[in-house]
Amino acid sequence: MATTNSNTVPRSFLQVASAEEVASPLRVVQIEGLVILKIIKHCKEFSPALVTGQLLGLDVGSVLEVTNCFPFPVREEDEEIEADGANYQLDMMKCLREVNVDNNTVGWYQSTMFGSFQQVELIETFMNYQENIRRCVCIIYDPSRSNQGGLAFKALKLSDSFMDLYRNNNFTGEKLREKNLSWVDIFEEIPIKVTNSALITAFMTELEGDSPVAQCDYDRLQLSTNQFMESNMEFLMDCMEDLTMEQQKFQYYYRSLSRQQSQQQAWLQKRRAENNARKAAGEEPLPEEDPSNPVFKLIPEPSRLESFLISNRIANYCNQINGVAGQSFSRLYLMKALHD
Amino acid sequence: MAAGLNRDKPGSQIKANIYSQAHIQLKTKSNLNQFILESKLSNNPSSLCSLKILIIHQRMAAAIEHTVLQFAPSSAKISAKLHPLVLFNICDCYVRRRDQAERVIGTLLGSVLPDGTVDIRNSYAVPHNEFSDEVALDIDYHHNMLLSHQKVNPKEVIVGWYSTGLGVTGGSALIHEFYSREVPNPVHLTVDTGFRNGESTIRAYITVNLCLGDRQLAAQFQEIPLDFRMVEAERVGFDLLKSTMVDKLPTDLEGMEVSMHRLLALIDDVYLYVDNVVEGRVEPDNEIGRFIADTVASLPKFSPQAFDKLVNDNLQDRLLLVYLASITRTQLSLAEKLNTAAQIL
Repeated sequence: MATTNSNTVPRSFLQVASAEEVASPLRVVQIEGLVILKIIKHCKEFSPALVTGQLLGLDVGSVLEVTNCFPFPVREEDEEIEADGANYQLDMMKCLREVNVDNNTVGWYQSTMFGSFQQVELIETFMNYQENIRRCVCIIYDPSRSNQGGLAFKALKLSDSFMDLYRNNNFTGEKLREKNLSWVDIFEEIPIKVTNSALITAFMTELEGDSPVAQCDYDRLQLSTNQFMESNMEFLMDCMEDLTMEQQKFQYYYRSLSRQQSQQQAWLQKRRAENNARKAAGEEPLPEEDPSNPVFKLIPEPSRLESFLISNRIANYCNQINGVAGQSFSRLYLMKALHD
Repeated sequence: MAAGLNRDKPGSQIKANIYSQAHIQLKTKSNLNQFILESKLSNNPSSLCSLKILIIHQRMAAAIEHTVLQFAPSSAKISAKLHPLVLFNICDCYVRRRDQAERVIGTLLGSVLPDGTVDIRNSYAVPHNEFSDEVALDIDYHHNMLLSHQKVNPKEVIVGWYSTGLGVTGGSALIHEFYSREVPNPVHLTVDTGFRNGESTIRAYITVNLCLGDRQLAAQFQEIPLDFRMVEAERVGFDLLKSTMVDKLPTDLEGMEVSMHRLLALIDDVYLYVDNVVEGRVEPDNEIGRFIADTVASLPKFSPQAFDKLVNDNLQDRLLLVYLASITRTQLSLAEKLNTAAQIL
């Protein structure tokens, strides 16, 4: 005990400061009920259009507290309006600070349909945020799932190793193998905690209806999930097609790579035979490499990012299908039991 | 005529008498729970006096002419719908209020439905300063925030304002007047964050103007029915919004389990009730009986074979989907393995 104490106590301020620099990994996202309601309201009002908004809160140790949020206006392509959007963001932050809302940006939220959120844009936005905020998180809400009585909230972040790769734009097979990164490792899902202030707790307890059945129970016990399944399958099929396209790109790449290699070999053999002939004739041998020859030009390897993202999407649809199917199994058995 | 005479000698015994009569008359006339007669001129005794006299005048003139002093025609059936988000917002603002501030004031956004119901869907706090009986709202802030909100959702307009505290207080009339200039017939929502009655008191008011010709004399706050739109909260689940800390969001299957438990409990309740009625322990209630009969009748009548077929078909469909999903996943991992293998070669 004494030895450990003597080890830890005489740390200089600098040491402490530098030790603080090492951020503990983000373990939990703690969301206020207010934020959940706000996100749901915004996403639902504009559904099926996809919307985004900013999350405000505090970064406390390994917990990221999300205490407020505000919606972004629907984005337009026009540049002028984009500048307007930045102004809007500043104005809103200023206003919220005046009523003592935490005004650190900790990330953003966005709505999605059937979980098709894993797009390149998401990663780009993530990288943009990440430049300014060390720890940021993206909350995904799926209004289509909430009709089934579920609460489809997800907190995501990009994994560190993926971010490294993305920064260097290295999505060649070799690098990926080096890092041992597969499509599963792009996104990390962070568990969500929900908090409410004591005041809200008091109000909600008072206001809770007497009825033992709430809307979400009705939604959950709804038997028809066909539409949801159907659109899920449709999306799944689209994704499969995309993936096949990507695969074909790779096949093409490999084919041209091997063709190039055989061409190179042929050229080399020809050159060697020529050199042998020249040697026999007593002439200087020609160099064995010729960078100007088109045969030696490197064929750029296509990026694997897109296929990774598609894989992610497919996995997501599969999960959803599994989940909903599981739910409907229990519903069917319940109905059977009721009928008997 | 008589009013004209009385005005000349204020402070007489008869005046107080008349005042109380007028008071009672107003009260009975509008049949209200909350009655506040607020004159912005009320710190001026002579004008107070003239107000009283005007009321008397009205009484006397009432027999002859109805138009002299009147409450603006009140749309009798106005009610308000309150979405839980607004309550959350208000509570959050209250928790984050400034030092020494006793209450928070803010703007309510929403829309007025065709049937006159005010749908309160959103809100934001507006900073204010309060000295004894003066209230200064930050109007710039209010406008900035309004602009920002309108950018996101132009359909939401100002419908009123809120304040924490129990019931209407002194400064309310002034703020209400300000909001009346922004929107006709604003709603005033009060949320008692102190739980002074020992329960949550959330009330909505509108004002009815008391005027003489073109002159507005006073505003009267009239409570209107308030409907809590808890459907959204129910969709999220009260369990999530009621407790101060929930460690993780319920998954689909967990939610399902909870719902099934509730259903089971309900069925048990019904059983118990029916048993009790049959055995004569409980007085039968025809209405409940009819409900139960309706519910039982709503189950479609199938032959067992047809039902089995239906269930099995459905099960098989789902199984097929699950199978397809797993095959896709297998395919994915296989493709990945092959891709990496191709690279090594």
